[in-house]
Amino acid sequence: MYGGNCCHNNNSHIGGVNLEISRNWRLRNQRYRLVGTECGCGHRSFPPRRICPTCRENPQNPVQFSGTGTVYSYSTLYEAPEGFEQFIPYTVALIDLDEGPMISAQLTDVDPEDVAIGMRVEMVTRKLKEQGESGLIVYGYKFRPIVGCYP
Amino acid sequence: MREVVIAGVGQIAVREHWETSLRDLAYQSIKKAVSDAGTDSVDALYIGNMLAGELSGQEHLGALISDYCGFDGIEAVRIEAAAASGGAALRQGAMSVACGLNDCVVVTGVEQMTDVLQDKVTAGLSLALDTEYELASGISLAALFAILTRRYVHEGCCSPEDLALFCVNAQKNAVGNDYAMFRREITVDTIMRSPMAADPIHVLECPPVCDGSASVVLLPAEKADLEAPVKITGSAVATGTIGVNNRPDPLVFESVRDSTEKALRMAGKTREDVDFYELHDLFPVVAALSLEASGFAKKGEGALMARNGDIALEGKIPITTMGGCKARGNPVGACGIYQAAEAVLQLRQQAGKNQLPCEVGMIQCMGGTAATTITHILEV
Amino acid sequence: MLTEIVLGDDMKPNQHTGIVGYGVYIPRYRISGCEIARVWGQDAGSVPVQEKSVPGPDEDAITIGIEAAQNALKRAQVPPEKIAAVWAGSESKPYAVKPSSSIIAEAIGATPHVEAADWEFACKAGTEAMQACFALVGSGMGLYALALGIDTAQGRPADPLEYTAAAGGAAFLIGKGEESLAVLEASHSYASDTPDFFRRESNRYPVHGSRFTGEPAYFHHVVQAASELMEDIGRTPEDYQYVVFHQPNTKFPLTAAKILKFPPEKVKPGLIAPYIGNTYSGCSVLGLAATLDIASPGDRILCVSYGSGAGSDAFSFIVTDLIEERRMRAPHVSVYIERRKAVDYAVYLKYTKALVMR
Ligand SMILES: [Zn+2]
Repeated sequence: MYGGNCCHNNNSHIGGVNLEISRNWRLRNQRYRLVGTECGCGHRSFPPRRICPTCRENPQNPVQFSGTGTVYSYSTLYEAPEGFEQFIPYTVALIDLDEGPMISAQLTDVDPEDVAIGMRVEMVTRKLKEQGESGLIVYGYKFRPIVGCYP
Repeated sequence: MREVVIAGVGQIAVREHWETSLRDLAYQSIKKAVSDAGTDSVDALYIGNMLAGELSGQEHLGALISDYCGFDGIEAVRIEAAAASGGAALRQGAMSVACGLNDCVVVTGVEQMTDVLQDKVTAGLSLALDTEYELASGISLAALFAILTRRYVHEGCCSPEDLALFCVNAQKNAVGNDYAMFRREITVDTIMRSPMAADPIHVLECPPVCDGSASVVLLPAEKADLEAPVKITGSAVATGTIGVNNRPDPLVFESVRDSTEKALRMAGKTREDVDFYELHDLFPVVAALSLEASGFAKKGEGALMARNGDIALEGKIPITTMGGCKARGNPVGACGIYQAAEAVLQLRQQAGKNQLPCEVGMIQCMGGTAATTITHILEV
Repeated sequence: MLTEIVLGDDMKPNQHTGIVGYGVYIPRYRISGCEIARVWGQDAGSVPVQEKSVPGPDEDAITIGIEAAQNALKRAQVPPEKIAAVWAGSESKPYAVKPSSSIIAEAIGATPHVEAADWEFACKAGTEAMQACFALVGSGMGLYALALGIDTAQGRPADPLEYTAAAGGAAFLIGKGEESLAVLEASHSYASDTPDFFRRESNRYPVHGSRFTGEPAYFHHVVQAASELMEDIGRTPEDYQYVVFHQPNTKFPLTAAKILKFPPEKVKPGLIAPYIGNTYSGCSVLGLAATLDIASPGDRILCVSYGSGAGSDAFSFIVTDLIEERRMRAPHVSVYIERRKAVDYAVYLKYTKALVMR
């Protein structure tokens, strides 16, 4: 191990799983509450940026997106990257948020055959991944068909 | 700057090389390339590789491979740009020869993917994405291209069957390539009947998980004692947003457009001069969108070129002439060097049954969802 | 309404308090009693509930709590940074050590100047947190406090509990009486050491005393808490338009109503166990939310929880004019009940992670 202090390294391994505790912790605003950035020129970004892609200005101010949007396109996966096996089959999508940016995310609470381009969706906070039986539970945004207020 | 030529090429067959180590894969193609060039002193080795750290637990390939090849003490480094690693290494090699720092440079691409299981490979390939925002949501590289495929069809650009024609063309061309993995023809029907990998991409539209290595030897033109040397006249890298979601139109590969334009301008060529185009056909939609972004097709009409036969060996702009990612196989970081080796064989008139009448070839490899595109123009 | 309420007596706060906002969440998936009976060769005619909710593969008590809390805030329209406490009651904490409440508080934007803690008292952890919220706001130590009852309950395969152990939850934002859609009239808590149901630290499934969970446990505590509360404030069943009991099955709450002399029609609006099962800490609070979804200003609601081990919290609420507008701002309980997809036993096992993947 480089530079000593390995006993206190919070990114140590448990059962072969890299915990990445600080890395996941750092992302909680984006993952839990969809916090992106907004530029003085009006351009909004997700994920957050330092430099505005439109006018190249900084600084960018944090902004929390409401989480409603429209499905631009989607795919249902039958082969998952390592760590997502338990969710197969699951659907992922690019979503045009109502406030501007497009976001890539997993869909939830919807059957693959019911997903359509143009479908209205809303953000929910779900388990993204579990680091095995002993590691972190990583929570973050997913999107689902909008649930109305009354029957 | 000095003019750079590719003086030697070497490929090993793309396969599941269970019996061969990463260093030995590289050694075999390097040995062939060096012997093809007829050179005996190598100044530098550039290695294009994406996944050795993740899949083989081995970084520091520069020292590892130069040591194994007996290149005592030379400059040797690994270059990484996801699936564009091979193209990136080729450009580094060409630059070091062009500027006069090195005379004889070996560029090798090597990838070993079959030592681990599929889910690990899928996760590894997805490291080319923005892992904190894409892979963290379970989104793989294939998933993003599947999303683009669905949108492309949704916008009325083509039918799913039109897209499958890119695979039909690639496998047909691979029959004539001794180094290709899938050397048999395939029908649209067979492809469409295969299971979904990432809906709407079928399993038979995906490149295989495989191992491979290809190498080239670069020399300054003035020191190459060759009759009709293949010159590198254009070389360009362009990047786009790491996330395909952050582009004004996800169906426009701006990095393909930009690197193509820069490379052609550097070579003093136009699209009409290009006799064949080795594009990065990771999935059919990538081929269609690359044809559009590079200007060979209008927007929305890339797949029509497959339907019209324009991409065949006898077509207007042949692509994947030796099988491409789909059929030659896609040993990720080696892909750009396989493309270079194949283009050299075409330009030397050594491409056997797949030989094209040609003088100018364009090769292009891509990292992630076109976040990096590297284009080279080769000519005789 | 506020003038009717006597303050500062036994189990009554010093200041008027009440429910400023409420929100619920129930997962989308259901498994029917018949399907479970099919697997174990049991009689499908005598299952305790029609079907029960099943958490999706990406859900747990925390994700249930986040959505319920967000719905409560939508109804209350209170900025999250004004919340003094986020208290989550659950017996299915995703982490044995690490609070669920801090994750929920972070997700709804209530951090960092907030008290966050997890509460545990079997199925009444949610109302226990509510009691504490009333005390915190009633004492003036905080403007608003959020109580959650959230669970993804699990019954041992083939155990009678497997038919009912369900997932869901509710969140109640407690605040001042004048801002409330239902004001607290009084409460009464009743507890004893009665080990009718328990789970040791290292075990996945709880153990229960079968018929012992009835008479000396559920009925004794529920009836005592309810009747003591009504006696304290001089109310009778006739004063209440609705009564909500903890509902481990369809039968128990109806029997408790009968003992206390409430007619079944006062129980039924809040009786949701037949459709979603027993959501443990979420159970009585979901019933209370379902009742608030249809109650009218001036209605009086009696809500009685039950937690094994054992105890009951009884609350007397008076619904205010604010209910009409606020209940339209977030999904009703019936919306989540009707949002359903039936799964078979195999998918149920997959979703509840009973399959060994590695
Ligand atoms: Zn700007």
